[in-house]
Amino acid sequence: MKKQTINLTVNGKEFTLDVDVRKSLADVLREQGFTSVKQGCGVGECGACTVLVDDVAVDSCIFLAMWANGKKVRTTEGECKNGKLSPVQQAYVEAGAVQCGFCTPGLIMTTTSFLERNKGRKVTREEIRKGHAGNLCRCTGYETIVKAVESVVEVAEEE
Amino acid sequence: MFPIEKYHMAESIQDAVRALAEDEKARVIAGGTDVLIRLHEGHGDYRNLVDINNLDELREIRMDEQGNVIIGALASFTNIIEHEVVRAHVPVIGEAVNTVGGPQVRNRGTMGGNICNGAVSADSACAALVHEVDLVIENAEGERVESIIGFHTGPGRVSLKPGDLLKHFRVRPENYRDFGACYYKYAMREAMDIATIGCAAAVKLDGETISELRLAYTVSAPTPIRCATAEQAAKGKPLTAATLAEIAQAVEADVKPRTSWRASMEFRLHVIRTLAQRVTRQAAERAGGTFK
Repeated sequence: MKKQTINLTVNGKEFTLDVDVRKSLADVLREQGFTSVKQGCGVGECGACTVLVDDVAVDSCIFLAMWANGKKVRTTEGECKNGKLSPVQQAYVEAGAVQCGFCTPGLIMTTTSFLERNKGRKVTREEIRKGHAGNLCRCTGYETIVKAVESVVEVAEEE
Repeated sequence: MFPIEKYHMAESIQDAVRALAEDEKARVIAGGTDVLIRLHEGHGDYRNLVDINNLDELREIRMDEQGNVIIGALASFTNIIEHEVVRAHVPVIGEAVNTVGGPQVRNRGTMGGNICNGAVSADSACAALVHEVDLVIENAEGERVESIIGFHTGPGRVSLKPGDLLKHFRVRPENYRDFGACYYKYAMREAMDIATIGCAAAVKLDGETISELRLAYTVSAPTPIRCATAEQAAKGKPLTAATLAEIAQAVEADVKPRTSWRASMEFRLHVIRTLAQRVTRQAAERAGGTFK
């Protein structure tokens, strides 16, 4: 199968890669050392491989690496700046929303995208739950995750 | 690695149509949320791909000069949900596709894929059926238009022929103006689930009576369907509980639910009757009606 050259930036750094067109973005990112990108189900159900492509959350296991050509990819490695955790990462630590940690990188990217999309807007607990429905976690029971998200977004008073 | 054997990234609609015409085994890949999963599972039918992801013109959502709502085949569910033209004129389409999967899947999955893969459970199918959307299709011979009515020919089958490329959906003004519409997906979970039953209704009122009901279901027959008997039963009827009961009774003649691991035939029929009432009522209320 032919290889094709793609240009992309990952966490602000430019890459030119010859990729096999059969490969997923998750495969290619892991090969480049971005091992925060976890491969769980491989069919877009668990969300562990979630990354942002041009700031849109996608399951990188069902996203061809080819499609990242010319795009800006963000993984959780890049959210930590100068050794300082992002507000979302910090919120996960403080809420105890991390147990085994396998789902955490994907969830952090989903929350990051959720936060950016809802900037300056009050969200309900229901919206937080729906906004994170594409990520599975076997350890936390989700309550701590929802609390972590609530601590970084503006939350509406619910009846 | 996905077991892809042939891959062509289309550079234009003409290029895609030519690549599809050259290889009758070729399949279109759009958002990839179904095709890549089938490849992951080793499915043999999706090994020769024509990729349309570079065709940004197919992502467009707009209203044309004739008042038709145009939804590009490659528009993602998220684009559809958030688009102001959809919200203002055909909100039920956004409501329906907002029930698909989770956010990551909605960011990539397309209405074109949802309809063209022929899934009996396609959430967008019900909404498309009540608005009687047209499908604008291109192939080597040129462009043609097909109605969504009759487009589904069996489970997983649609009337696309080898070499066909769906370009966009078109909702004509007479099929959305003055209608109130509603979609309800009955599923076991509130996200990441496939419908046990999906139901959409569009209602047009003449004062306080129903002048037109359009009722559609998924997973209630071998294809997504419209319900001629129930629609006829609603004509000219007042907005009352008795009318809703009549519609729910009549719909039994239109559906052929079956037992699967998701639900039994009897249970599905119960959900079908219940939703006929709930969804019709809400569609009528959205059309400005009040039930007595």
